[in-house]
Formats: sequence, structure tokens, C-alpha cells
Amino acid sequence: MSLELAANMGAAPKAEIPTESPLAIRGLTVSYGQKPVVFSVDMTVEEGSMTAIIGPNGAGKSTLLKAALGIVSPLAGQALVFGKPLKAARHRIAYVPQRASVDWDFPTRVIDVVLMGLYRELGLLRRIRPQHMEKARACLERVGMTDFADRQIGQLSGGQQQRVFLARALAQEADLYLLDEPFAGVDAATEKAIIDVLKSLRSEGKTVVAVHHDLTTVRSYFDRVFLINTRKVAEGAVDEAFTPDMLNQTYGGRLATGQIDQLELAG
Amino acid sequence: MSGEEFVPLSLTPMLIGVLAAVACALPGNFLVLRKQALIGDAISHVVLPGIVVAFLITGVVAAAPMMLGAAGAALVSVVMIEAIRRLGNIEPGAAMGLTFTTLFAAGVLLLEQSDTSSVHLDVEHALYGNLESLIWLDAVGWSSLLDPLALAGLPPELGRVVIALIGVIGFLSLFWRPLVVSTFDESFAQAVGIATNRLGVALVMVAALAAVAAFDAVGSIIVIAMFICPPAAARLMTNRLEHQVAWSVVFAVLSAVLGYVFAGYGPLWLGFDNAVSAAGMIATVSGLILALAACFAPHRHRSGAPAV
Repeated sequence: MSLELAANMGAAPKAEIPTESPLAIRGLTVSYGQKPVVFSVDMTVEEGSMTAIIGPNGAGKSTLLKAALGIVSPLAGQALVFGKPLKAARHRIAYVPQRASVDWDFPTRVIDVVLMGLYRELGLLRRIRPQHMEKARACLERVGMTDFADRQIGQLSGGQQQRVFLARALAQEADLYLLDEPFAGVDAATEKAIIDVLKSLRSEGKTVVAVHHDLTTVRSYFDRVFLINTRKVAEGAVDEAFTPDMLNQTYGGRLATGQIDQLELAG
Repeated sequence: MSGEEFVPLSLTPMLIGVLAAVACALPGNFLVLRKQALIGDAISHVVLPGIVVAFLITGVVAAAPMMLGAAGAALVSVVMIEAIRRLGNIEPGAAMGLTFTTLFAAGVLLLEQSDTSSVHLDVEHALYGNLESLIWLDAVGWSSLLDPLALAGLPPELGRVVIALIGVIGFLSLFWRPLVVSTFDESFAQAVGIATNRLGVALVMVAALAAVAAFDAVGSIIVIAMFICPPAAARLMTNRLEHQVAWSVVFAVLSAVLGYVFAGYGPLWLGFDNAVSAAGMIATVSGLILALAACFAPHRHRSGAPAV
């Protein structure tokens, strides 16, 4: 049986996609070559929530985000953003890719990167006006990077680079924020600054979904989790889904019991 | 040198050299930043069969069919590279090398077999350029620039390179913003709805256009220097892309002018009898500028630069 056929057979009936969810994924299968990275995954993100996508390396966490954004094309399945196909709702999503995915030696300044967040507003030829600069500066201020506006991006530390990426996402003025490992390789001060911004977004009614690696901070940072290891393992409020049992299923027993005990898990 | 001598013999070759160098340097900035500099080499080779086929079909060496032929060949090469890479499971560098040498060889064979002796299209010129022969015989001095009759006798290569440069500048101005975004961060570009694949192919097409322009001036072997050296040197001068592009134009113009002058007069200054190839000298000068930039430019040490 072909992978595509198998994936389609696993898909849920299409009728039941809830249209009010910021991001609803049904029967999503993505493969690089013959091996599926994400297999027949359903996901329903609650509006105004902060969701951590959790799973081992190569479990399809980033791929799930990329498929939701149309960056990779799925073999099967679909994603709706606020009840609409991606094309009609692209302006409502902001995206923070993995910091390591770009070349930071690129000849550009911090402020120029933030202005990229206004791409949909500026289009091909609209001039950058004072109000655009103001907006970009306000976003930099929110992540505490005002003083770095004119720096070349290669002169920043990893944490500062990550803040610039977040500022660019803020400039997109979206309702749904998708972040790929926003805390990877950043200093403690940056981690605090980022989580403060994300929590303030949530208090404004925005929705945040982040690929997250540090199991010890899940409880204090997020209110919902999505556990994945190619297939979905669990999805729900932290209290319900972030349990030793589910974690063991997700990581295939690779977490030591002691590690799990330290997480003060529910259940 | 007087206008009577300079205008007919040196003005047009120099102008064509300068415009071709600029036409290559502009898209070269993006090719280098995208780590696709070798694509420039591939393109410069595959335009040869494209131009020859265009000539065989139309029987004339004119701007439009040449550029269509070159663009067609570029497209074929892009498809071939992708096909070889995917079907043969071969790494991109090898697929590129395979494609451009094969197409280039086909171009050389076609050129030798076809009757192109009557026109300015032969193997040696295609390989090394023929800048020195692009003279303006109808000119008698600076006054010819205002003489419609003399202007009608301008070498057709000049028109070709002007069209190519306009095409390059038009494309880069129109698509500047998506090009910058997708060159810096492809995932983000796709997430905001930029068709990065199509944009990438369009950039390659534009590079093909520039390669056609440079084909007349420096030939298809040396043109890679014009794609890479000015932008690479410019990168060392500044940390802003807008400024880098401006610097690359400055370096391209310098390479063309100095290269042409040194080729024509350098050997005489050194006591030799004959002038040397302008194309070779232009590429050499552009390489020297890069070397100087690598030694003295302000931004040659960058904290974010890839480790050597």
C-alpha cells in the first residue's frame, strides 16, 4: 500500500473540522522521501491559549508547523486557519523559524529584519514611511532591543538574534503566533523576555504555539501541550495531557524515571 | 588620446565592457548571498548552446532570438539540474557540473558544425569574448555621438547589452523586497506567501540575460568572474545590502575600465609589443580588486562571518 493511500485511510472525515479554531489540522501526513515524518496527525489549537509542541528529535514538530504554514506540502490532510484555507488567512499568522535556519552574516541591520515583518503590508513597491519605522521600533522595544536597531545582525548574540526574530513576528500583527524552538540556545534574560512577550500576547487574546524542548519549563510557560512522535500522542491542557504515561509514550521510554519525577507532573 | 581615435576604437568596447560587467554584478550580489555563485558559472556556459540554436533557427545574430535562446537554455539547465539531482540522487554540485559541461560541449559542437563563419559567432569569440573588435567605424570623433547616421552604425552588441542591463535593473527594482526576504530567510518568505521557487528561477533567468550581455564582452568562460568578484569584494566593504550593491557596481565599472585600458596599453608600458586580451585583463583586475578588498576592506573581519 502506498504511503499516500495509507495516510488518506487514516484521515478523519473532513466534515468535522471546527471552524472557530485558530489552527485546525486533520489527517496531516508529511514525508521526506519514503519515510513519513508526520503521520495522520490531527490538531486543534484553542484560541487564546499557549500550546507547547513536545516530542523527541525528528518527531515532526517543526514539520508540523511548516505544513501548517504551507512551507512543506503534505501528502495528505489539511489545515484550516481561523476556519479558512491558508491562502485566505495568511495575514493572521506570524512565524518565527529556527534561529539556526538563516545565515546571520547576511548584510542587513536589525531594523531591516524587523521591517520584513511588514512585508504583507508593504508589498512589492510601497515605500517605507515613518509610521512603518515607528511600528518596527515599537516591536524592537517590546523585546528590549531598541538600542540595537542599527547593528548588523551578525554582531548580535544568539539570544539577541532570537529577540529580533520575535520582534519581526510582532511586526506581522497576527492573531496566531507559530514559533519554532524560540528558547533554543538563548541566555536566561532572553528566555525571560521572550516568555513575557508571549504571555502578554496571550493576555491580548492572541494564540501562541511553540515547539518546545525544555520539559522542566512546560508547566510554568504553557497552558496546553501537544505531544508528538510522528503520530500524535496526546493533546490537551497541561494538567491532563502532560503526564508521565504520555511522556513515556512520546519519548518511547527514553526519559529516565528520575527526570520525569522532577517535572512534578499531574496524574 | 584624441576623440578621433578614442571614440571609434575604444569608446564602444569600453562601454560594452562596463555595461556587461554591471549587468552581471547586480544579480551576482544575490547569487553570492544565496550561495549559488556556481549557478552563474552554469548559466554562463549553457547560454552558448542557447545562442547557437537561436542562430540556427533564425539565421541572424539579433538581440531578441539570442536572449530567448539563452533564457530557454537556462530554463532547460535548471530543469536538467533538478532532474539529475532527484532521479539520479546526486548532490547539487555534481548535477550542476554535469549539466553545464554537457550543454556547453553540445554548444561548442553545434557551433563548429554550423555555418556561422559569416557572422560574429565562432568558438574562440564565444569562449574568450571579442571586446576589442566591437569598434564603431562610423564614428569620427565626439561629434559622432550626435550624428544619427553614425549612431546607426553602432555595434549591435551595444544594443544587446543595454537591453540586458535594463532587464536586470527592472527585475531587481521590482522584486527587490521579496528577493531580499527570501534570500535572508526562505522559510519566513514562504510563510508570508512569497513564491520563493518561482522567484529563484526568475533570478536565474535574469542572470542568464546578464550572461548573454557579457557573452559579447568577455565570452562565456570568464563571465563567472563578473558574477562573483565585484559582489564578493563589495560584501567586504559594508554591512548593508543596499550599499553592497552600490559598491559592486563601482567595482564592476572599475574592473571593466581598468581591465580594458591595461589590456590595450599595459604591455606597451612594460615594453612588450602586443596588447593582451581585454576579457582576460578585466577578469584579472576584478580578481585583484577582490584580493585588495580581502586585505584592506573595513568589513573583512566579521563576528558572524563563517569560520575559515
